Parts: sequence; structure tokens; C-alpha cells
Amino acid sequence: MNGPAATGATGAASEMLLKASGLKRAYSRPRTSLWHRPEPLQALRGVSFELPAGQSLGVVGESGSGKSTLARLVMALDRPSEGTVELLGRNLHQLGEQALRAARRDFQMVFQDPYGSLDPRMTVEHIVSEPLATLNEKPGREARRLQVLEVLEQVGLRAQDADKYPHEFSGGQRQRIAIARALITRPRLIVADEPVSALDVSVQAQVLNLMQDLQRELGLSYLFISHDLAVVQHVCDQVLVLHQGLVVERGTPRQLFSAPAHPYTQALVRAAPRVL
Amino acid sequence: MALLEVSNLTINLQTHRGRAQAVRDVSFTLERGATLGLIGESGCGKSLTALALLGLLPEHAQVDGSIQLDGQELLGLSERRLCALRGNRMAMVFQEPMSALNPVHGIGRQVAEPLRLHLGMSRAQARARATELLERVGIAQAAQRLDDYPHQFSGGQRQRIMIAMALACGPDLLVADEPTTALDVTVQQRILDLLQELVAEHSMALVLISHDLGVIAQNVEQLLVMYGGTVVESGMTEAVFARRAHPYTRGLFAARPQLQAAPAAGHLPTIAGAVPELVDLPAGCPFAGRCPHTRDDCYVQPPPARTLHQPSMPAPASLAFWRQPHVARCLYEQVLTQGAKA
Amino acid sequence: MSRQTDTRVRVPDYPTRAFSRTKPLGLGQRARQHRSFVLGALLTALLIAAALLSFVWTPGSAYEMDMDAALQASSSRHWLGTDAFGRDLASQILVGARASIAVGLIAVSIGLALGVLLGLIAAARRGWVEEIIMRLADFTFAFPALLSAIMLTAVYGPGMVNAIIAIGIFNIPTFARITRASANAVWSRDYVMAARACGQSRTAITLRHVLPNIASVLVVQATIQFALAILAEAALSYLGLGTQPPEPSWGRMLSEAQTLMFQAPLLAVWPGVAIALSVLGLNLLGDGLRDLLDPRLTRER
Repeated sequence: MNGPAATGATGAASEMLLKASGLKRAYSRPRTSLWHRPEPLQALRGVSFELPAGQSLGVVGESGSGKSTLARLVMALDRPSEGTVELLGRNLHQLGEQALRAARRDFQMVFQDPYGSLDPRMTVEHIVSEPLATLNEKPGREARRLQVLEVLEQVGLRAQDADKYPHEFSGGQRQRIAIARALITRPRLIVADEPVSALDVSVQAQVLNLMQDLQRELGLSYLFISHDLAVVQHVCDQVLVLHQGLVVERGTPRQLFSAPAHPYTQALVRAAPRVL
Repeated sequence: MALLEVSNLTINLQTHRGRAQAVRDVSFTLERGATLGLIGESGCGKSLTALALLGLLPEHAQVDGSIQLDGQELLGLSERRLCALRGNRMAMVFQEPMSALNPVHGIGRQVAEPLRLHLGMSRAQARARATELLERVGIAQAAQRLDDYPHQFSGGQRQRIMIAMALACGPDLLVADEPTTALDVTVQQRILDLLQELVAEHSMALVLISHDLGVIAQNVEQLLVMYGGTVVESGMTEAVFARRAHPYTRGLFAARPQLQAAPAAGHLPTIAGAVPELVDLPAGCPFAGRCPHTRDDCYVQPPPARTLHQPSMPAPASLAFWRQPHVARCLYEQVLTQGAKA
Repeated sequence: MSRQTDTRVRVPDYPTRAFSRTKPLGLGQRARQHRSFVLGALLTALLIAAALLSFVWTPGSAYEMDMDAALQASSSRHWLGTDAFGRDLASQILVGARASIAVGLIAVSIGLALGVLLGLIAAARRGWVEEIIMRLADFTFAFPALLSAIMLTAVYGPGMVNAIIAIGIFNIPTFARITRASANAVWSRDYVMAARACGQSRTAITLRHVLPNIASVLVVQATIQFALAILAEAALSYLGLGTQPPEPSWGRMLSEAQTLMFQAPLLAVWPGVAIALSVLGLNLLGDGLRDLLDPRLTRER
């Protein structure tokens, strides 16, 4: 389950894959009165973490914790009010447009809703090959199709599925398509925003197993965001607990479960409904 | 006489690929004050069963069998008479509080609606009662917030408002369809506790539908495990969870990621395959093909219900009704008695 | 590979619980079953056929005046009779269809092209660009369309071309608004965020993702606007500001028939019926298209 670097052999000497420092993001709220501007909404109030290559980091939080905002900042889909996000040593938000586009091959995202994250009007092949369109060296049609078939096989789908439309697939299969799309540029980091929360339990297990396998086979790192500690434990080496925009605790899943220090973490662990 | 008696409930639906049986042969009884859980994944028919209880199935659905509330047959009742029962003697709480509450009406008005409709209260009386109800479910400053709109409340609060609406007329039966799935985990516990308190207070019967084993474990006394429209296992919660006779139940348990002290050991055990579409469900056992013990007959012959354990009669005979037997469906008894994983 | 069997289990051919297993109905089959759509399509086809036919054949002549044969009732020579100048009514109706379609088609195309463009830009750029475009649309909406068209044609001179321009201008804000609203809904979807995460530019996202997903809404709106354009052209021609003589136009036929209401009431009926059927047909077509195209997007899970 643990990535190849987890044995600690490389340690701090290896380049940090992802480094976030003092991330803050405030959103201005719409005016309700003509005279004074309302307080901005502080979605993130100073989040820092480091993710070494080959390891996976879980971010656990509930609604309002800022986890979706964090995902967007790491994916450079939104600018932080303060703080930096460094991928492989480069500050993502300071890269020029071209450079950022080129850098995107190294980090991709998987979304929560399997029904909304695939364009219903495009075939699976088009959807999965979209990240290739923005690479500097665009592959030709045949090469593109071959790559698509390769990733489809990696996620457990068939070659025939490439010509079908999303509505012909179940939730779990759509999530596999989304994962295939995230894999096609051979990224180092995948930001997964609640990737299994919308799936049934048995399907969830299949997708989690798949993600584990890919992590091991391809040396992937995940930034795995979830509200469920149990799910995160399965895929991640370290976990951050996010509450109202701040990291209240961090540690290995085992530590957090057996000895949660912060009251919020304790509440989270307690509240998870347990089977007798 | 039991409050709710469902016998051989069968529902046929029109899907985009033809007509198929969505729910087949579901039977259960529910006493006053008892709690029943329906557990299963998407497409198992649990929501359809709940909608059938209230007569809210889509028009093209054909329903067979019998649903009796206090001896009165509900299937085939005219819409007018069903409306008189809904909100009054049986109520439902839905999964998505934002879409179940009307965004353009104040919450006071929505909670008062069943009161005015069924109990004939005047506006002032209904408002007063609505305030009481909202306070009971834990909405702070209910009196001042009566005219606020749903979007001004959080998800947990909206769910509480829905519960207040459902309880307004003091129904005998409350059906809760995944009431906490859309909510945060910390809020979920509080809502479920609230439901338990209210059920005890009003001695209502509760039908709780969920896909979450943990939620079911802690909140209902008896349960039905559904797959492919059939009840594959049923009985008292403790018994079912302890024995886990049916392979699907075992698979469900095994597939849950567990928060535990020991590190996760590689792959989560999964149930092979995926739920087939309704029209592709086999005529025999719905689980055929995915079950590790499948044999050829399984596809063709519907599995009979086998009683695995008949609880001995406890001393007070009045409670005898409550001890539901542990029943599971399988063609081969040895599959059921093989013993569950710990 | 173990992952293959994880998602699919090969099963033997077994009997199922379904009463009937059919393939899901395709769009063509559903269309044929939808009453509004079929009726609307027939009427619209009739309209187009009439216009096309008029290029090669008309029962009589729409232009030749024959004072001896003025105001005749329907006969074997003149199927619908003749008007005050002896022109064949049936032929005029057929040729008049040309004007209606031409105005409708071109005006709606102007509105569609410019309106959709503005709407897409507004949704993609947001901020002050969106504000400006929407305020301009609001400003244009503030003017009652028909009166403004009348004013424009009165100022710049009557004629089909000016009528087309006038009607076209007032189609632009309609399409702009509806495009922006639908496009905004698409921009908020996860698959657009996924495209942004791939590094797609706003233009690429607009063309690849937004436009195909709002196309059905635009098609429905276009048929509705077509119907309105036909009505507008009829109104302008009625006032003498649209299609000029000797080109026949249904609206002008109505105006000419007005003074003769008691002598030959049918003169007003036929063009009126033609206008009504065309508008009805297009509206039904639009309704039918909306029903057929939308449910596909809200498919049950």
C-alpha cells in the first residue's frame, strides 16, 4: 500500500513533489448594504504541507473546511490570496500561461461526481484524450487512440468502451473513465476530490483497489480529499485534518484513529457510524 | 395487529429498455414503535419500496401484493384517500433537504402546511404549533425564524425542518429515505439521535433506508437487506450482523473500508462485477453471477426463504411479535450456514 | 488482468425477469412517436415546400393583373379565387411563403450568429464584459420590438432588406440572453473544470464543451424566433413597411383585403390561415424539439 519512497530511503534529500506554504484564500461576499462591504469569507486561513514523491496525502474535512478550495488552489484553477503552491520546486501561480499549460501534464484531477465530470456529448475516447490536446507535442490520431486504449486497459475498461458515451456507463465505470483521463499524461500527482463518495460501497471498494494498484505500479502520488477517514486510511500515508480553513491535526491514519489529539478530530472519529 | 403489514409487494417498472420487475416479493411487518432498516445499494429497490408505502410511485409502475396500515389496504386506494393519509398518519423524510423544501416559501409556512391541511388549524394556531415543532427539532430562535427561507439554513438544519414537517400531525409511521446521506458526519449523528428520540416520544414506527451499514447498525432493531429488488436477508439487526448468512451481506461487510488501528492490508475484498440493469436481472436469484457460490440453477430458480434462526419465545408473550426470525434466501442451505467472516 | 474481471462478470445466457427487453428508443423513433413534433414538422415542411414549389410552378400567376377576373370566388381556374386586381390568390399564397421564409431565416440567422457570439463571450469572460453585454441586451429589450422595427423601416425606407435587418437586430438580445444563461450553467459543470485543469483555453472550452451542450436550447429557441419573425414580417407588410409590391406578402394581402371585408371576406381568410398555420407549425416543432432533446440530458441514473 505504501509508495516506494515510504520506506524513508530517500528522505528529505529527494525533491519535494508538492509543497504548500501558508495558503490563504478569501472570497468577497456580495454586498447586502450600500454602505459597508461585508467581511470576506475566509475559506483557507493558512494551510501548509509537504508531499514527498511517491507518497500520498489525505485531506479530511467536512463542508466548510476549505478542502475543495485547497484542491482548486493546488490544481492552479484559482489564485490564492496569500501563500504559494510549489510543484517540483516551481511556484505554480507564478508560471506564465504557456509554462503552466506545459506543467499541467504532471498533475491531474479526479472529481467527485461521476455524472457531472464527463461531457455527455463526447465519446470516451475524446474525454480521455483531452489532456493530450494541450501538450506541446501533440500526438497524431493513431498515437492518441493507442494511448487511450492503454489507459482504458489500466483502469479495467475494454477497448470497445472508447467509442461509447458516458450515459452508457454506471457510476463506478464513469469514475474509472475519469481516472483514465487523469492518467493519460503520466502525471506525478493526482488530486482526487472525494473520488469515491458518490459511489456504492462495493463499487467504492473496487475503485479504491484500483487507485491503490495504480499508485503502486506507476509510482503515483495522491492528494486525496475526503470526508471519510476510513477511506483515506486505505490509500494515504499521511493525513491532514482540515477544519474551517486550518489544519488542526496531521499524522498517519493510524495515529489519528488511535490517539486523536484535537477535539475536532476526536469528534470526527467518534461520529463515524460504526458497525457493532 | 401490526401497524404495517406488507405482503408479497411486487413492482413492475417501465425502463428505457423495456418493462421489468424492480421489486419482487417483499414482505415484512412492523409494529408500533418498532424500527426497521432497509439496506442496499443503488438500484436494489429500497427507495421504490418506501415510495410504494406512501403511494408515490411513478404512474407507469404496476404494483401487486398488499400493504396494510392498521388493517386498511393501501394499494388501490384513491388518490384523495391516500392524500388524507399522507402527512397525517404516515410521513416521509427525503434525502436532499434542499430540493424537498420549497425554496420560495418560508419554513413556518411549510411546517404549518400539513397542520392546516389535515388538522384544519387556523393560521395562527398552525404557526404556534409550527414554532413548537421547530423548537423541538432543535432550530434555535424558531419563533423569530419562522419566515426565513430554506437557503438561510445549513444542510443539517434543513433536514431538521423536514423532520418537523413530517412529524407535524403526529404520524404513526415515519419513512426516512437516506435522511443523513447528504450531511456531514458530525451532523449525521445528531440528526439520527433526534430521530430516535422522536420515535420513542411519539411511539411511531420508523422505516429507515440507508446504504450505510454503520447507520443501520446503530439505529434500527430489525432490518431487510435488499439486492436486485429482493430481500436477500432479514431479521433482527444484531442477528443479521453477527451471522451474515447471505453472500451479498458478507460481501457488503467485507467491502467497507474500516477505520482501524492496524494498517490496511492491501486490497479491500470486493464483490465481483457490477449490479446489472433491471432488465438484465436473472429470473432466479438476483445475485447469481456475482455470488462466489453461483451454480447453474441459481440463474433460473428463485431462491426460497430459509429460516436460519427462530428466536425462542421470551417470557412476556406480548413481546413475541418483536423477535423477528433471521431469514435469508438461497437455493443452497450450506452456503448460508457456512459461517461469516469475523 | 485481475482488474478486467473486477468490473465485468461473464454470465451464461440466462432467462431474465424482464417482461420485454427492448433496445432503448433512439432519437428518430421517439421523434416519430411525439405528436407535437410530427404535426409541427409536417406544417413546417408544408411551408417550406410551398415556398420551394413557387419557384417552379404556381397554379396561376401571382403578378398578372386581370381586371375582368377581379374578386372571383374559387373556381377550377383560380382555386382560391382572385383578389381586387384579378391576381390568383393561390399563387400569391405560395409566393408569399417565400417572403415569410426569407425574412424568418435571415433575421433569425443574424440574431443567432451575433446573439450567440455575444452570449458565449459574456459567459466565458464574465466580469465587466458580461455586464456590458447584458446591459446592452437589456437596453435593446426595453424597446418594443415591433414598434422599433416599424420606426427603423420608416426611417430607412420600407423593403424586405430593411425589414430583415430590423427584425434581426431584435433577435440578437434574445439569443444573447439565453445563450449566456445556458452557457453559465455549463461553465459551472465539473467537466468544464476538468478541461480547465487540462489547460484548455477559454475559446477551446467554449467551442468543444459549451456550444455542443447548449445547442439543443438554441435550436428550440431558433424555431420559436422563426415563428415570431414570420409574424413580425406580416405585421410590417401589413403596414406597408415590409415586402413591397409587386412581391406578394401575406401581411400585405391582409391589408388589401381589409377594405373589401364585406364584399370578399375570403380574401382575408386565406392569408390569415397561411400565417396561422406557419406559426403554429413552428411553435409545435419547437415544443416537440424541446421535449425530445431535453430528456436525454436528464436521464435517470
